[in-house]
This record gives sequence, structure tokens and C-alpha cells, in this order.
Amino acid sequence: MSWITGVGLTPFGRLDGRTTLDLMSDAASAASAALADAGLRRDEVDGLITGYSTTLPHLMLSTVFAEHFGLVPCYAHAIQLGGATGFATVMLAHELVAAGVLRHVLVVAGENRLTGQSRDAAIQTLAQVGHPRYEVPLGPTIPAYYALVASRYLHETGTAAADLAELAVLMRRHAALHPGAQFCEAIGVADVLASKPIAAPLRILDCCPVSDGGAAVVVSRDRTGGTGVRIIGCGQAHTHQHVSTAPSLTSFGTAAAAARAGLGTRVALADIRYAVVYDSFTITLAILLEELGLAPRGGAGALAREGHFSREGAMPLNTHGGLLSYGHCGVGGAMAHLVEVQLQMTGRAGSRQVRDASMALLHGDGGVLSSHVTLLLEQAR
Amino acid sequence: MTDWTAGTAAVAFQHCPACDAVWYFARGFCPHCGSASPETRVASGRGRIYAVTTVTRAPSPELRALAPYRIALVDMEEGFRAMMHAAPDLAIDDAVQVGFVRFGDLVIPRRHRLGDRA
Repeated sequence: MSWITGVGLTPFGRLDGRTTLDLMSDAASAASAALADAGLRRDEVDGLITGYSTTLPHLMLSTVFAEHFGLVPCYAHAIQLGGATGFATVMLAHELVAAGVLRHVLVVAGENRLTGQSRDAAIQTLAQVGHPRYEVPLGPTIPAYYALVASRYLHETGTAAADLAELAVLMRRHAALHPGAQFCEAIGVADVLASKPIAAPLRILDCCPVSDGGAAVVVSRDRTGGTGVRIIGCGQAHTHQHVSTAPSLTSFGTAAAAARAGLGTRVALADIRYAVVYDSFTITLAILLEELGLAPRGGAGALAREGHFSREGAMPLNTHGGLLSYGHCGVGGAMAHLVEVQLQMTGRAGSRQVRDASMALLHGDGGVLSSHVTLLLEQAR
Repeated sequence: MTDWTAGTAAVAFQHCPACDAVWYFARGFCPHCGSASPETRVASGRGRIYAVTTVTRAPSPELRALAPYRIALVDMEEGFRAMMHAAPDLAIDDAVQVGFVRFGDLVIPRRHRLGDRA
């Protein structure tokens, strides 16, 4: 067992002049916020886990940050697992704490992905998750890999781009209630369908933005505060790396990761009250929601349209606005999802507060739906 | 044996005589049974479109000059899946035949409808 005892989050978007280390230290504003939130001194933090940064591709990012921020941890580790990194770092922190190896693990991410490089550089760096010999020479991008998945999804489910667009509209509506979100201006389905084409059927409003930002959490052996947030299950699944070798484009490792986390055994799907699900693209969110069992096959967009995933709905989802509208700064993107869960469970989500966040399902993916991590969190009063 | 990735107008794949597995990305062993003696074969070029997209936002200035271009995943009749370019009129489930076209500095495989000329 482990507890999320502190969280911190910067605004996402254009944060001029901030480097990766600034943002990790602003994720030192995030990290500091997390430490202050947990009521911990720096010398009480015995573990440090970071992800990676495309603008600071260092061999030893965790200890670079430790030195910079003033930590002398017993254990340091930097994980690289694409979009799945955020939840994978938290899973490792949980496993180390639950095993009795560490007492307080700081998990921190930050990156100036927007202002630290050109847009072309960001797009090209990300496209390298494709195969260097058999895919990348053909000129694909990350949106193109996901567009291939989307084309098959629309073909098999009989849904339309307008159904996927509902998820972008929902994330934008949620972001409007968060002062740190990158995009708050309201959009409708027609706006999504009229936005700039990127890789058919995906348009720019189907795609998350590139952002600067940082996020941090503290994972501890003992609970602090009046309301505890407990990690009760974690699971991963890794079925392939490249989209060309995916066993299927309509059935990924989502359910396997969720089952390994204990969904369906330790925790029934019917007991889940709140969800945060990785939304790098509208198609990502649709497929993950459906494979987790939170929507019927082909039905995620329709449920969003009916208000099912809204703050007042039956299954509030990504109430901070998700990657699609809060923003995506790399590893910190998924961690922002986790920060929102902790704020919801501790009743600190302000105007975004949901009625009941007592049991939460978190899921993230990396690569092209190739690496999956599920976390299950429980509120303890 | 070389293929389009090494400048030859061909699509190659590998087959394992020990376990009969078939795969696309070349390596010196079978990823299914570990046999160290996979065979490399030239594909017929016939297949069926599994997924397809049109890339409008290309990743670099060089490729921007060539956009929009279409990228497809094709299920080849030998039992492997390959990423290739596709002609503008192709849709999912269409039967296709591989041709080769110049794309920037490379010659790459491009799908056209079975019976049409590349």
C-alpha cells in the first residue's frame, strides 16, 4: 500500500524562458508545492523518480534534478516509456514504497516542450517512436500513426469523426474551469470538424497541443492529512512498439493492464466513481474508454454528448481538461491527470469538484497504444 | 537480399522454417521461437488495405513540399502487415498491388488498386 501525500502542478502552455530544470523546479514550484503539500522536508525524501525531457535529453535526468533541487536521495531513477511514463513512474514509486524500500518518493516531471525547440523539432522527435527503417522514411508523424488507428476504428464501429469530436469538446469545457489550462475558449463539434486537417481523419482540435509545464506527486508509506488518497492497484501491459506490428488496431493492451491492476477482481468496474484517461488524441480517449469498459464499443463519443463524462455526470472524466485542453508537456501531461484525481479525492478541486471521487480509475498509454499503465486510487477518510 | 529500405524496388519479409512464423522487420533470428535461421523472401506485392490516412501536416520542410501524401497499413497476402504509401483513391479493404515511387531522396513502396498501373 502507498499514499499520494502531495501534489503540485504548474500552469501548462507557453511559459517563456523556463527550461526543463526550471519547470522541474517550477515542478519545483510543482515539486515544492508537492513537498509543502505533504508537509515534508527535503531531507525526508528518500526516493526520486523522474521521466525524460526531449529538450534536455540527459543520461541521468533524475540525479541532475536531485543536485539542482537540493535532494540527496537513497534511490534515483529516470524512466522512459513515452506517454505511459507519468503513470509508470508512480507505479514504480508505489512498488518501492509498498515493498518497504523507501518512505517518501518524489515523482517529478517538467519540460519546455513548446518554447524549448521549434515545432518541427518537437514533431520530428516524437515521430521517432516509429521504426527508423520501415516507417519513419515514409514521412509519418505521431498524429499519422494514431490516424491509422482512427481510420480502422471508424471503419469497424461505423462511427464518424463527429463522434470523436465530442471528446475534444468535452475536454475544452472542463478546461474552462481550470485557471492553469492552456486552452479555455469554448468549442463545438463544428469547430473541431472545420479545424485544420493534420492526418485524416484527425484535425488539429483532435490533437493535444505541445506545452510547457511541470507536475509532481509525493508517494509515501504513511498517510498524511485528514483525507487519504491510497494507491490500491497498478498494472502494465506492453504488446508491441511500432504500429505496423500491433496485433490489432482495435484491441490493445488496455484491458490486460487494468486486470493486472485489479480491476474486475479487487475493484469492480461498478465501484469506479471517477476516471482520468490519457487523451493525446480524441481517438486515444475513445479507444481507452471503451477498452476499459467505461463506454460501449463505438459509444464513447455518444456518452460524452449525453453528459455521461461531465462533472455532474455518472462518470466524471479528466475534469481538468486533459491533454487535449489542459495541455501536454510530455511526462508531466499524464501526471496532471493524477494531480487532478488527488485534488478531487481531497475535496480541493474548487469549481471543478465532483460529488463523489471515492474510487478512481487512471489509465495511460505510450507509443502508439503500445505501452499501457493502469492505476486504481481509493479515498480513505 | 535487399529491399526498398536499401534502395531496391522490392518488399521483403522473413519466414521461419522451424515454426512457420512470418514477419516484416528484418532480424537475424525468429522473434517467435528464437531459431537463428530465418529466410528472407521477396513479397508478391499483393495485399489489402487495413488502415489509411492522409498526412497534411508533414514533419519537416523537405516533406512539407511533398504533402499531402497518404500512408497505409497493408495486410500482405504472405501474412505480414507493412506500412507504405497509398494512391489517393484507396480505402480500407481495397485489394492492392505494390509499386515504387520516388519520395524525396528515396524510392518507396506505394499501393495502387489491383489491376491499375503504378
